[in-house]
Amino acid sequence: MSTTVPVQVTVNGQARNVQVEPRQLLVHLLRDQLGLTGTHVGCDTSNCGACTVHVDGQSCKSCTVLAVQVDGAEITTIEGLGQEGNLHPLQEAFWNNHGLQCGYCTPGMIMAAADLLQRNPDPSEDEVRHGLEGNLCRCTGYHNIVKSVLDAAGKLNVTQVGA
Amino acid sequence: MIPAAFDYTVPGSLDEAIDALRDGGEDAKLLAGGHSLVPLMKLRLAAPTLLVDLRRVPGLHGIERQNGSWRIGAMTRHAELQDRHDDLGVVAHAAAGIADQQVRNRGTIGGSLAHGDSASDLPTILLTLEGTVTAMGPDGAREIAAADLFQDYLTTSLDPLEIITEVRMPAMDGWGHGYQKFTRRAEDWAMVGVAAVVRKNDDGTVAEARIGLTNMGSTPLRATAAEEALVGQPLTAEAIAAAAGHAADGTNPPADRNASEDYKRHLACVLTGRALREAAGLA
Ligand SMILES: Cc1cc2nc3c(=O)[nH]c(=O)nc-3n(C[C@H](O)[C@H](O)[C@H](O)COP(=O)(O)OP(=O)(O)OC[C@H]3O[C@@H](n4cnc5c(N)ncnc54)[C@H](O)[C@@H]3O)c2cc1C
Ligand code: FES
Ligand code: FES
Repeated sequence: MSTTVPVQVTVNGQARNVQVEPRQLLVHLLRDQLGLTGTHVGCDTSNCGACTVHVDGQSCKSCTVLAVQVDGAEITTIEGLGQEGNLHPLQEAFWNNHGLQCGYCTPGMIMAAADLLQRNPDPSEDEVRHGLEGNLCRCTGYHNIVKSVLDAAGKLNVTQVGA
Repeated sequence: MIPAAFDYTVPGSLDEAIDALRDGGEDAKLLAGGHSLVPLMKLRLAAPTLLVDLRRVPGLHGIERQNGSWRIGAMTRHAELQDRHDDLGVVAHAAAGIADQQVRNRGTIGGSLAHGDSASDLPTILLTLEGTVTAMGPDGAREIAAADLFQDYLTTSLDPLEIITEVRMPAMDGWGHGYQKFTRRAEDWAMVGVAAVVRKNDDGTVAEARIGLTNMGSTPLRATAAEEALVGQPLTAEAIAAAAGHAADGTNPPADRNASEDYKRHLACVLTGRALREAAGLA
């Protein structure tokens, strides 16, 4: 039962062909096989959201998805959202607003926030707090995280209006 | 933490899926969104030998209106229900309160109903709306009413070789609705949840009321005493308060580390009041 099966995925725009055991979790495929260690594991019980990535444009907890389930899908991780020198407005906003302390929760927070802003481009503070309920932070008390997301929402909306 | 080893197959049709289940034996399991099953497998509380993934089976997706009811494909995700707050009423309302967005983006209605957890939200909605599921098995399809589906803790009347293909819920046009879920932390399952739907007569009195309870027993339950107390009454705060006092009548809720039996009974009454006020537009 430990034979591997082929999985084809597009990760951050790049086609990848890998062999995985059916029990391999998506987060381990990303971290251990593809070397994308920006996606973190904080709990293993599907609660903390540190492992949040996008599958076909929607956020999910990659510790609760089997790699075989995403065969044929497009995955975006924090590494694919923006790059050094060309950060995504959310990454920029977390930096500018001190939206992190230790940084462990940050990749998951940002990926969850990206889904939130795509569902609701102009959220209220309350909507941001609710929208991030699947992500835990042990350091910040959330205040600056919420501030960062609201800041990014404002900047993204200005960009869109200007575009 | 990773699951014990298993085989995996992705059938392209319902018949193939049923065959795979049969060939896989008693430890073969269907996989939908995986958001009940995979956490159990990671904890090794479940160790299926074969997973039959439904994601490529055609015809299991989508939300359509047919003859006064909604037909919802079994593989429809919670997020798709959540987004239909303009027309799916209490179904969308309850779906929006499940866990968090990441879970709602993966979990499916068919998986939630088949899992049959009385702490989950959609089983209560199905029971309250008196909906049905269609199950396809080796001998064809049958329709199972909500009241017959949920049998006990995590136990349904589905045969091991049956697959839920679709869910039907009456559209409840003209009914008011509310869903109230009490949790200790965001993202938790309901400590207690209450669904209420109410239809009024022309004179404003209650023609019909249905109240469903989440996590108040081994299956979702109906609060029949509270329902009966409302019928014929005007939908006022006073009448609602009087009826809500009966919400826990006859229930025997399981105590857990968050709530004693008495506390759950108390919550059921308080939340029934809130859900009814929401349904009446008094909230
Ligand atoms: C952190 C977290 C919090 C959660 N909180 C809540 C909550 O507050 N409220 C709530 O309601 N739920 C909650 N859930 C559960 C979530 O809604 C699940 O997605 C859902 O219960 C199961 O759906 P699934 O598609 O993921 O099913 P799966 O996990 O894939 O399957 C569940 C079971 O159903 C069987 N099955 C699946 N599809 C079918 C089918 N079509 N026919 C027959 N059998 C089938 C499987 O074999 C398995 O036994 C939570 C989950 C997590 C991880
Ligand atoms: S590691 Fe996935 S939710 Fe915590
Ligand atoms: S910044 Fe440390 S966990 Fe969030």
